[in-house]
Amino acid sequence: MSHHYPALLVTVPLLCALFISIAGWLKRRLCFPIAVAALSVATTVSMGLLWRVLKEGVVLYRLGGWEPPWGIAYRVDHLNALVLTVIAVVALLNLIATQREVKEAFSEKIGAFYTLYILLVTGLFGIVVTGDAFNLYVLLEITSLTSYGLIAMGEDRAPLASLNYVYMGTIGACFYLLGIGYLYMVTGSLNMTDIASILPGLHHSRVLVVAFIICMVGVWLKMAFFPLHAWLPNAYTYAPAPVTSLIAPLMTKVMIYVMIRLLLTVFTPQFIFSILTLKTTVVYLSVIAIVMGAVLALGARNVKKMLTYVIVAEVGYMVGGAWLGNRAGLTGAILHIANDALMTLCIFLAVGNVMYKVKGYGFDDFRGMFTRMPFTMMGFTAGALSIIGVPPTCGFFSKWYLISGGIEAGHYGFVAALIFSSLVNTVLFFKIIEIGYYPNGNVHHGEPAPLRAMGEAPLSMVVPLLIVAAGLFGVGLYTGDIVTYVINPIIPAAIVH
Amino acid sequence: METVLSIKPLLAVLIPLLVVPILVSSRTPNVREAWTFVAAIVKLSIVISMIPAVLSGRELVCTVAQVIPGVPIAFRVDALGMLFALVAASLWMVTSAYSIGYMRGLKEHSQTRYFSFFAIALSATMGVAFSENLLTLYLFYEMLSLATFPLVTHHQDAKARTSGRKYLAYILGTSIGLVLPAMILCYHLSGTLTFSDQGFLAGTGSSPLMTVLLFMFVFGFAKAAIIPFHGWLPAAMVAPTPVSALLHAVAVVKVGVFSIVRVLTGMFGIDLLASLNLGIMVCVIASCTILTASLIALSQDNLKRLLAFSTIGQLSYIILGVGLLSPKGITGGVLHIAMHAFGKITLFFCAGAIFVATGKRNISEMVGIGKRMPVTMTAFFIGALSITGLPPAGGFLSKWYLVLGTLQADQLAVLVVLLVSSLLNAAYFMPIVYRAFFCPAEKAMFENRVREAPAFCVVPLVLTALISIILLFYPEPFFSLACMAAQRFTGG
Repeated sequence: MSHHYPALLVTVPLLCALFISIAGWLKRRLCFPIAVAALSVATTVSMGLLWRVLKEGVVLYRLGGWEPPWGIAYRVDHLNALVLTVIAVVALLNLIATQREVKEAFSEKIGAFYTLYILLVTGLFGIVVTGDAFNLYVLLEITSLTSYGLIAMGEDRAPLASLNYVYMGTIGACFYLLGIGYLYMVTGSLNMTDIASILPGLHHSRVLVVAFIICMVGVWLKMAFFPLHAWLPNAYTYAPAPVTSLIAPLMTKVMIYVMIRLLLTVFTPQFIFSILTLKTTVVYLSVIAIVMGAVLALGARNVKKMLTYVIVAEVGYMVGGAWLGNRAGLTGAILHIANDALMTLCIFLAVGNVMYKVKGYGFDDFRGMFTRMPFTMMGFTAGALSIIGVPPTCGFFSKWYLISGGIEAGHYGFVAALIFSSLVNTVLFFKIIEIGYYPNGNVHHGEPAPLRAMGEAPLSMVVPLLIVAAGLFGVGLYTGDIVTYVINPIIPAAIVH
Repeated sequence: METVLSIKPLLAVLIPLLVVPILVSSRTPNVREAWTFVAAIVKLSIVISMIPAVLSGRELVCTVAQVIPGVPIAFRVDALGMLFALVAASLWMVTSAYSIGYMRGLKEHSQTRYFSFFAIALSATMGVAFSENLLTLYLFYEMLSLATFPLVTHHQDAKARTSGRKYLAYILGTSIGLVLPAMILCYHLSGTLTFSDQGFLAGTGSSPLMTVLLFMFVFGFAKAAIIPFHGWLPAAMVAPTPVSALLHAVAVVKVGVFSIVRVLTGMFGIDLLASLNLGIMVCVIASCTILTASLIALSQDNLKRLLAFSTIGQLSYIILGVGLLSPKGITGGVLHIAMHAFGKITLFFCAGAIFVATGKRNISEMVGIGKRMPVTMTAFFIGALSITGLPPAGGFLSKWYLVLGTLQADQLAVLVVLLVSSLLNAAYFMPIVYRAFFCPAEKAMFENRVREAPAFCVVPLVLTALISIILLFYPEPFFSLACMAAQRFTGG
């Protein structure tokens, strides 16, 4: 059984999605349990895979027994195993945390909602688990199409935002496909490791450079790398809260994974960092992304919009870290995939809880929230501290590696951008924490504060949030082990420093 | 030097944290305060139980988590850390008693929040004192910044809001903007962040780089309130007085100074500072702060603001002592952590007691108050003597060593700074005491009847005033610890 883990990861949720849509017609109550079952299996399997990879090294799986490069191969190394686990855990926790909200908001469309939800996660699993560049494109489209649907289920402006996303997302996916097409022209292969073994002879081919750049632009568009980010803020702001807290932690991070996979496995670091002379340029682009993300976040008029710009800045962190081309930078970028997924989930779950109670996400809706929803705000504060980068939360440690990468590469612009962004994040989050801390009206010295009824969100929403919040500290304290056992083996030995 | 594996430092850090859920869920205020005392007593006894080992030259170590290669989250108890921890732990207990009198006397709101964050702040202070490396220190430094925010803004009014913003802007801005990059740069240069007695940065970088790093650290630890990064301290005086007393005269500000002392001695090392002439630079920065702050203090009418500026000046004494790079100077500086703590907390307690009993904050409204509150004002006098550095109070001892240190280091200019500053200290404190006791009856603003603050306020301040005096005659174990620390750092 454990031999089939990589395939199970995709097939189980895929079949369950089908069952959910049938259950949506026959017995709506069953939709949620099936979804939970699907993701629980996926979580177990992904953890099993991570365990196996840690013990035995790379796991190869041939779909239908076809030999690569003709058949589709699934190839799981430390990098995918880590990202798979993150996806499974985040998707499962979010599923449980948002059950109440989904039930109340989409009672009619519950079957459709969970079908799309599970299909989206299936697509993400597929993107990460596959070792085939074209197969990746197919699964990318599955994720994109389902996410367009999910986002469009949101408030008034959501369909328009989703349409905008459809245009940009399609262009991005096409670019990626075009790049893979060029690559196929020169190598005649679609299997990632196979391409990598053919490429060294072609390092000075113009087609290869074009293929690489087109692929990258496609991936950057999908991950909302500034200035290709324009679709993201509206799409994530107007999407329903349960969707935002699924997509925001996962979509951009999975695309970062795709980028790192292309850099490390397909095109190989030797080609990208030694032959191409793009390294410094891309890091500067990421500096612009970080600074602009931070500045735009400062100007945002509501909490969700603000957080979406924080995501834009975080994408800049990871792109920059990966393109520094040294060990510390790559470690930071990969670590940040996991950390950022967790902290984004944490913060969006907290915002979701507040939205559930006050039906709004303006800054003023947070007034007096520390008294009203203390546990939710504890979760919010934990997420905020992690995004700011306060030790011992995990956000601090990925930032540590990113900054050391910048110092090692002598790229002080990147270091300055990271510090700047941390300072701006402090302002952004303490603005909300301050609003939440002060009650309505002034408390007069010596008088008891006006009594406010505590109105915490239901337990099913608070407990997952607090689990994630505790996870931020736990992952932070285990950074050493994660880096030693999971991330170090990912980075090719060729990158010494 | 022998190291012993021990869980005690970890316990000392965790106990105040563990008691927080109990505080929050306590049913009545009395139960809650009882638990605060239990935690304070347990913590103090743990700290005291570590003294013999430290005095006999052993170091207690404890590693919590391996987070970055070569830089774990770990604790180590040495003489310097021990001295600071002992001061903070013993004063926490006194302050807890005082808090009860003050907070209940004024019927403050949200007392549970107040006591909970107080406990967290003390946990962070212990963490800083026992840090084995800069990363651990930074972790607890940030924790302290965040835990004190709800304390500073306790009143939750418009004034608290502005002060809270200022507080965070200064403290978090400098620690993220200056200390964090400096720390990573140091790690990049030397591959370690573990404090060692002689420092580890020697030979890792050029002289200009070291100078830049030094500035980043000295100004980055803004809790030390070195001018121009002092603005948060007078602003933070909007906090309830026990907070100002323990946190803004002892824990928070001393954490800033302690961090700078640790970085100077444990990372740069005395030899490196001497060879690059960086000691002089530190002395100049500290001297400017001392004189400026004392002059500003002269013009203050609000008693707590005056104390704040006095604190800013006194903190730099400690940095000055270490900047002298001589064994006596370091002894004096380190000893001043303890002496100033007991003296200044007495003064803050007095300011709070006056406020509780009469509602007065300004010095101009305190004429003749000695007749009304003789015990409080006598304690105030003793505290003022200690800060000025006059016998029979403990402050004399640390100032004596600082003066000896200037002679040992052959820095006569610094000696002049110290003497001028002492005169200024006397100039801003003594008129208060004089007018409190010796004013003509027609000018007195209070009726001639003794009415002190509640006992919970008065007993702690009498206690700290007595300790201030006792410390001159029997300064143990602070004196031995300070000497040990100085000996270690100078390699003598």
